[in-house]
Amino acid sequence: MSLTRKDVEGIAHLARLEITDAEMSVYTDSLSKILSFVEQLGAADTGSIEPMAHPLEGESQRLRPDEVTETDQHEKYQSNAPAVASALYVVPKVIE
Amino acid sequence: MNETTEAGWEVVIGLEIHAQLATRSKIFSGSATAYGAAPNSQANLVDLGYPGVLPVLNREAVRMAVKFGLATGSTVAERSVFARKNYFYPDLPKGYQISQYERPIVEDGSLEIMLDDGTKKTIGITRAHLEEDAGKSLHEGLKNASGIDLNRAGTPLLEIVSEPDLRSAKEAIAYLKKVHTLVRYLEICDGNMQEGSFRCDANVSVRRFGAAKFGTRCEIKNVNSFRFVEKAINYEVARQIDVLEGGGTIRQETRLYDSAKDETRSMRSKEEANDYRYFPDPDLLPVVLEPAFIETVRATLPELPDEKAARFIRDYALSAYDAAVLTSSRELASFYESVVAAAGGAASAKLAANWVMGDFSGALNRDGLEIAGARVTAEGLAGLMARIQDNTISGKIAKDVFELMWADRATADAVIEANGLRQITDTSAIEAAIDAVLAANPGQLAEYRSGKDRLFGFFVGQSMKATQGKANPAQLNELLKKKLDNP
Amino acid sequence: MTIHTRSVAELAAGLARKEFSAVELAEHFLARIERSNSALNAYVTVTPERALADARAADEARARGAAGPLTGVPLAHKDIFCTDGVRTACGSKMLENFVAPYDATVVERLHAAGTVMLGKTNMDEFAMGSSNETSHFGPVRNPWDLDRVPGGSSGGSAAVVAARLAPVATGTDTGGSIRQPAALVGISGIKPTYGRVSRYGMIAFASSLDQAGIMAPSAEDCALLLQAMAGFDARDSTSVDRPVPDYVAELGAPLQGVRIGLLKEFFAHGLEGPTATLVQAAIDEYRRLGAEIVEVSCPSLPLSVPTYYVVAPAECSSNLSRFDGVRFGHRCKDPRDLMDLYKRSRGEGFGAEVKRRIMTGTYVLSAGYYDAYYLKAQKCRSLISADFKRAFAEVDLLLGPTSPSPAFAIGAKVDDPITMYLNDIYTIGANLAGLPAMSIPCGFDGALPVGLQLIGPHFGESRLLSAAHAYQGVTDFHRRIPAAYA
Repeated sequence: MSLTRKDVEGIAHLARLEITDAEMSVYTDSLSKILSFVEQLGAADTGSIEPMAHPLEGESQRLRPDEVTETDQHEKYQSNAPAVASALYVVPKVIE
Repeated sequence: MNETTEAGWEVVIGLEIHAQLATRSKIFSGSATAYGAAPNSQANLVDLGYPGVLPVLNREAVRMAVKFGLATGSTVAERSVFARKNYFYPDLPKGYQISQYERPIVEDGSLEIMLDDGTKKTIGITRAHLEEDAGKSLHEGLKNASGIDLNRAGTPLLEIVSEPDLRSAKEAIAYLKKVHTLVRYLEICDGNMQEGSFRCDANVSVRRFGAAKFGTRCEIKNVNSFRFVEKAINYEVARQIDVLEGGGTIRQETRLYDSAKDETRSMRSKEEANDYRYFPDPDLLPVVLEPAFIETVRATLPELPDEKAARFIRDYALSAYDAAVLTSSRELASFYESVVAAAGGAASAKLAANWVMGDFSGALNRDGLEIAGARVTAEGLAGLMARIQDNTISGKIAKDVFELMWADRATADAVIEANGLRQITDTSAIEAAIDAVLAANPGQLAEYRSGKDRLFGFFVGQSMKATQGKANPAQLNELLKKKLDNP
Repeated sequence: MTIHTRSVAELAAGLARKEFSAVELAEHFLARIERSNSALNAYVTVTPERALADARAADEARARGAAGPLTGVPLAHKDIFCTDGVRTACGSKMLENFVAPYDATVVERLHAAGTVMLGKTNMDEFAMGSSNETSHFGPVRNPWDLDRVPGGSSGGSAAVVAARLAPVATGTDTGGSIRQPAALVGISGIKPTYGRVSRYGMIAFASSLDQAGIMAPSAEDCALLLQAMAGFDARDSTSVDRPVPDYVAELGAPLQGVRIGLLKEFFAHGLEGPTATLVQAAIDEYRRLGAEIVEVSCPSLPLSVPTYYVVAPAECSSNLSRFDGVRFGHRCKDPRDLMDLYKRSRGEGFGAEVKRRIMTGTYVLSAGYYDAYYLKAQKCRSLISADFKRAFAEVDLLLGPTSPSPAFAIGAKVDDPITMYLNDIYTIGANLAGLPAMSIPCGFDGALPVGLQLIGPHFGESRLLSAAHAYQGVTDFHRRIPAAYA
């Protein structure tokens, strides 16, 4: 798979990554190589094979009792936040 | 507006209802779900999407989803899978929402709605799946900025997706109310639309009658009352028809309903085509429900609204309409049945229905009270009905008695005694009152006797007034007729 | 006998007979760190106050008679594990100033076992790398040759143990990140079965592949530490509720009659030179120890690297979306709007390899490509897993090389991602299938250590550890320490 610069710009946008012009050609090249490399999977015969999402078969989701176990610790948790006002996380205006 | 026949256009609507499940803790964390807490005080590390933390599924949320599935005749999946829906938004802490995509927990059910003409229509439920709610963006008090409160993030939601079976705003509302009633019956959602615990997105399209394919649909978001859902759909239908009749085309998009302007408008934030990149969430394993588990949930199902309404019609000889109103909530139905029981059974059922649906519901509405806060009990109402039935008071006086009972939390007997409202059944006393009225109105009497029959009502009113409304109406009518017609 | 050349088991014995106190032991290692860390760049954070406080608590516990087998043993944590109150940077500028408000389960359990935390070790950014060169904090150097890489992503943990700047360190392994660096610095490392050790508090790279483990001088040390780490954790839905065997007690299990499989695909092509010779010698050693050596085949194994490089980036692209400059982590200066906040915060906060993998993952999950890439890879993963299952029906363990070559020069492979990815050719299979695997030293290619890999069936850690222990009973490669750090 050979990606164009436009493809990579689209992917970077979807992933919310700013990529500089200089980086763009490097990524266009390396992502194309990686995709070509993984395309060898296409040759594998996986006709009726079930996809595997978890390494351990037969395990199923455990269910937790409906109990409140947490207390308010927003000050501790917000000590890592870049911008907080009145206990809210502050971001540039959200336009709906 | 009559949507379905508007200039040959057929309206097609499907609803996506988000019901917040009434669990104590969140779907994947032990944070509380209480409404109205201080900002971010109920957002723990899992809700905040902190690095390294992991989700663990709440059993109660699963149980509630299963309840809904069983109550709608759906298939409850023995194996369902959580998936990640990836998109960036400030109220979505992880950059993905944990939801269900290819394998929802509930699929392929239906609900029956009643149309205005009394006919019934089955609305298909495509699926209902579990997912986590997002937080909230607040815009007040911040300059060119928004504040993010993540208390709601991780609250369990059941997203209930209907088939595009609805053909008018009215049908949509009937279906929405049906689901609303059901989730409250099942006690899986408090149904509070104001607080956002029951929300609805509507997919709306129009097509020419007879067209084989659906038109392009728009999704209307952010409608938080039954009335607004109806108005939003009607606005959107009119808009789409206008566009199409003007030779334009409908663009598939998400639109926001603005209740202040009563219009829908395109949502800028959703303009770009989304590519959610769903994939199975590797942090969660498949949810496997043993048949025994499903059966234990089935055993906890209450009598459902339709079953209850059918029983009311059968046992209490109520009309379909009355039965539907009285079963619109579990509390109201239960109150009604308590009144009937206290009033001695099915013989009083119709009278009880009238009172519960009439003055009682009216007083609740007027005072903004729930049934639990009602100022007249079921026994109290039955007591009032007994005094009507034994002719102690008239139906008209009973309305005043009810108001006094409500005001003072008093029994009917106490109110009747204290206010001297006992009905007059003594023939001579009623005759005396009639005689006085006839004597005082010779002109009208002459006119009546010369053939002006409709003055009868005038004499009834005057005579009743003379007894302060306490005369037994049937007796009064009879005696008055006799005196007027036999001078 | 100097203190730091001893294994964890020997140090624990020394503490138990009060040959030295936990505080003395901690001070000894802190002094070594002070002296040598700047050249190796192996620790990104050293926590002397915390270490001494832990050590004092350990000594007090011992005085009370409340000491366990690990009380007072110093260790280093890979900087991917959240540590309450201590910076957890995960090799990234994104988390350069991130102080975790909680302890990972692994950290909590090892702390509860009485271990003493010396600091946090350098790593490839978000564990994405095989050479430790993607770290925002600069490359780690291999104690055997400072111009060479220590492997990755647990390169810092590997280097601190090899240079004895800690007797033992935690690591994580998503595609070989414990085993490959263990091989490249000549120590022992175990990646347990997926689900054996809680992932709670371990910053996720690829959730269905990540597993925490141990890097230590010997297999016995790995057993000691794994004993304290392993077990069910209600906070991790993928953690398995299954009893933990007594790994230490089972170390002495005999090799007599144990069937060891040589994977044809591991030996087929590409494996040559000294690594091939040393692995062959190890095979001969195992035969002498009584094991039965048979050849087995996992025909789908050649698909493992491309499968991995679809699955892991897909999961990482989603796992790393939470780093958006809103609640924690790097935020760009003066964002113009929300989109600018996202793009610049992430563009600046993530390094080149992380961005490359996020974009790869975004692409393979995107509309129109999901089936051809992601779904196909998940099916190939099934094939690989089924192959291993068949192999383990025939044999008790699989044996092969850990890495195709010994440590390479810093900078040698950074420009070519595919060549870099192929470093993991022998290790990735175990992650895809969720199998436990170890690397142990099996000799030297010139001055550079070479690793031998053992792979077991699900929850076969005991057999893995005892097989490694038996080999280490008759060899001394695991006891060798680079001269500069002896």
